[in-house]
Amino acid sequence: MYETNYHRAKDAADAAKKLRSSDDGMYLSGGMTLLPTMKQRLAAPSDLVDLTHIKDMNKISVTRKDVVIGATATHAEVASHAKLMKVCPSLCALASHIGDPHVRNRGTIGGSIANNDPAADYPSAMMALGATIITNKRKMKAEKFFTGMFDTALAEDEFVKAVSFTAPKRGAYSKFPNPASRYAMAGVYVADHGKGDVRVGVTGASQNGVYRAKDMEKALSKSFDAAALEGCNVDEGDMLSDIHGSSAYRANLVKVMAKRAVEAAAS
Amino acid sequence: MGIEGIGARVLRKEDKRFITGAGRYTDDHKVAGMHYAAFVRSPHAYAKIKKINIKAASKMSGVAGIFNGKELTGDGIGNIICGWMVHSKDGSPMNMGAWSALATEYVRYVGDAVAVVIAETLEEAQAAAEAVEVDYKVLKAVVSAEDAMDPKAPQLHPEAKNNIIYDWEIGEEDATDAAFAKAANVVEIDIRNNRLVPNPMEPRSALVQYDAAEDHFTLHTTSQNPHVARLVLSAFYQVAPENKLRVIAPDVGGGFGAKIYIYPEEIVCLWAAKKAGVAAVKWTASRSDAFLTDAHGRDHVSKAKMAFDKNNKITGFKIETLANLGAYMSLFSSSVPTYLYATLLSGQYNIPNIHCNVKTVYTNTVPVDAYRGAGRPEATYLVERMMTTAARELGVDPAELRRKNFVQQFPHQTPVIMCYDAGDFGASLDAAMAEIKYDSFEKRRKKSAKNGMLRGIGMSCYIEACGIAPSAAVGSLGAGVGLWESAEVRVNPVGTVEILTGSHSHGQGHETTFAQLVTDRFGLPNENVQIVHGDTDKVQFGMGTYGSRSGAVGMSAIEKALDKVEAKAKKIAAHMLEAAEGDIEIKNGEVMVKGTDKKLGWHEVCLGAYTGHNLPEGMEPGLKEGAFYDPTNFTFPAGCYICEVEVDPNTGVTTIEKFVAADDFGKIINPMIVEGQVHGGLAQGIGQAMMENAVYDDDGQLLSASYMDYTMPRADDLPSFNVSTTETLCPGNPLGIKGCGEAGAIGSPPAVINAITDAIGHNNLTMPASPQNVWAAINDGGMSEAAE
Repeated sequence: MYETNYHRAKDAADAAKKLRSSDDGMYLSGGMTLLPTMKQRLAAPSDLVDLTHIKDMNKISVTRKDVVIGATATHAEVASHAKLMKVCPSLCALASHIGDPHVRNRGTIGGSIANNDPAADYPSAMMALGATIITNKRKMKAEKFFTGMFDTALAEDEFVKAVSFTAPKRGAYSKFPNPASRYAMAGVYVADHGKGDVRVGVTGASQNGVYRAKDMEKALSKSFDAAALEGCNVDEGDMLSDIHGSSAYRANLVKVMAKRAVEAAAS
Repeated sequence: MGIEGIGARVLRKEDKRFITGAGRYTDDHKVAGMHYAAFVRSPHAYAKIKKINIKAASKMSGVAGIFNGKELTGDGIGNIICGWMVHSKDGSPMNMGAWSALATEYVRYVGDAVAVVIAETLEEAQAAAEAVEVDYKVLKAVVSAEDAMDPKAPQLHPEAKNNIIYDWEIGEEDATDAAFAKAANVVEIDIRNNRLVPNPMEPRSALVQYDAAEDHFTLHTTSQNPHVARLVLSAFYQVAPENKLRVIAPDVGGGFGAKIYIYPEEIVCLWAAKKAGVAAVKWTASRSDAFLTDAHGRDHVSKAKMAFDKNNKITGFKIETLANLGAYMSLFSSSVPTYLYATLLSGQYNIPNIHCNVKTVYTNTVPVDAYRGAGRPEATYLVERMMTTAARELGVDPAELRRKNFVQQFPHQTPVIMCYDAGDFGASLDAAMAEIKYDSFEKRRKKSAKNGMLRGIGMSCYIEACGIAPSAAVGSLGAGVGLWESAEVRVNPVGTVEILTGSHSHGQGHETTFAQLVTDRFGLPNENVQIVHGDTDKVQFGMGTYGSRSGAVGMSAIEKALDKVEAKAKKIAAHMLEAAEGDIEIKNGEVMVKGTDKKLGWHEVCLGAYTGHNLPEGMEPGLKEGAFYDPTNFTFPAGCYICEVEVDPNTGVTTIEKFVAADDFGKIINPMIVEGQVHGGLAQGIGQAMMENAVYDDDGQLLSASYMDYTMPRADDLPSFNVSTTETLCPGNPLGIKGCGEAGAIGSPPAVINAITDAIGHNNLTMPASPQNVWAAINDGGMSEAAE
């Protein structure tokens, strides 16, 4: 690891100020991707501004079906939150399968979505849940926030403060893990918001990062049943291809995972 | 056997320090004046080094020296050797290219070391290494063995035309062809044996201490054979004469073959410590270094055909194999696809005619050498996939086809050098079939089908050769070393015992099992016996541990030394007790006169040996004996593995529902440790079959260069193994041991693949049977074995 300066932000304003005054600083929010990258000398930020000590930024609040999750809530906190479990168990289940216990106790939801790894789990949930991403500067819908692989709408000194959404009627996440890394090779989050509003977020598979599968949404809004997906076509041309999965294989996995998510949500 | 003797499940003594974090590995050692080495490595698979600029780097803080390959060879450091001479079938010696520990003119794989930086801290060494500017002329690389033989392919070494190292054969080609001409049926298969990265838990490491006043070096290193390392470092690399070089392999966290060899880093650190004028230099591989520079395993492509008569008896077997040896010839690389591979192509079967042709080639990849099993997994995979394929094509049960062709009479001379000394192959097959409930499999298959799943069953009847000996035999086949083992038994004046052994434990549990021999012999508590190994200053010489040889060869040497100790102790006791030597018996820590109540404590006899007050006339005092043991033959562990799988046709995910292993390892010293070895071997074999794969792109970049992309088997990938043993004693050594260290990795891959091909209904499946490959096999008839 190259030398770096570590700063602990007191509050949101302090965090942005510290980042702006650094040469080439980065926000740190768990560091489950950033720190290993730095250890391999593949990243060399001059300064790290740690957001995880900002008071109350890890709070999870559930009011009826309205959910707000603070950005520094760890995966373990999301996975085990009793009230959240009642209104949106599928998100708790998703969080409980990220990485391993070490990662779940250090990694945060804000860090995960700000990194927007194409194989991360949370972005699919944000899409399917119709989440609003709240930053230190503004609010935006998930679809505006995720702009492509490892890319978000966040400005240089902008960071995620919280995410908010209304819990769906039912939902489920089905993930096919990469056999080596166990990141998602295809992860599909299906959320039925009622009144024909079904959203499907797909992660891990596409060359463009997380996306909403509109044709699946249309099919499911007519009939929330795995069989309804039979006629949907996943375009191979959009899929990633690597040593673990050709684009054809990934396209197949998206469909199989979508079916399994629907089955799980419907049961 | 007693509670701690031969056959007892004694808990591993060494585990106390390992599981409490008190193990002392090379990187744990810290000494005064210790500097760090960092290597400048090639980012290109093939390139000419035009210029190395160290100007900026050498001015950086903490830097004590930056050295390159020309300086290394200029100082007389010898090229890295391959220690096993193989001749081509035309009689010419293998075409070995030069391998300097630091590249001089060309780099030939990604990770090839170009220069070394010695600095005060690791950070300073790494920073300076990054500041070294190397100007390369990048050349077109060749990665696959098939491509390497193309005359238009890049030529990697002037010695090896078309990159061919040797073109070797074994067996009678004419007789084999004649058998095929008369065959009632011929079965053909193409097989690829995937390339693997060894991945011991502890990465390689070296700590050099240089004593300038004495001109003496001490090297702590991660070695499976510290004496061989010292011999090669001094005799071939001219680092220091043997008496000025002490090599210590302390606790070593796994080897699997990858730590047999003497790598560039150890050589360079020894030389550079003296050249930089520093007291000590340490280098420890990162996991990335391990992926890029540890010798890889396997990487064979074969075409095979088998001839059968009208009664389904095998009449001939013909094989053509192409093996990728990487950019340079590693220490035993030449022997793996020849004498350790083709000599096992008879499997458990009576095959009158065998012919095998093996070509090996250079490519722009990491050198390939022995990895757990070394040649025998490749042979077993070929033979056992062939047997199952043949059974399908001939329309007979795979178990019955095997049984019909089993070797029944021992000794059995195969057409490919090996002479099997003992075995009962039917017994292992019966045991495994009973355990997995082979007869009711079709019921289970139907049940799976109801749930939309594909169920399959596959078997593998393996035989392998362990011990790698006798010395005269391996010498006649080209080995540069003898393959015996040494032991010294030192009995202390109060009766405790130290055993010095040339074997080296890097996970095998020698500290426990070797002590069990003493417990068994004299009835002393296991705690009273200490095993000393891994230090050339303490143990005089030894050949180290690989090839499942420490039981069959290492323990036999201890047995021989114990015979001598026992004989002398009896003489002393007979004298002290005024009895005939033949009447003395040693049992439960006591030395007694048979049939009387006259006895001495073991410690009294030992003390007597050292006081020398009352010894038989002319006897030297002391109780310490040594022995060198050279076996009369290889040993032949064998067994039967049966695997039952369920495949999800939607995703290609394969679940091992049950895995049964029935092994014959001969005499077993500690069943618990043997079971552990089988479990670990099976995990590695299943890893090869379903997960692990070293993949290079066309430019020679390793794509699977971290655990993000290289799939290691994990506990949740594996079933609960069902292991058992049958026993036929090995007639070739005093204890009847055959060896158990590699069997699991050798026997399991074909059992897994035979099961999956049974499930999907055709043979077109290549290792690793990853979800993607199985799905592809189900959906498009699979990828071709030979051309992926």
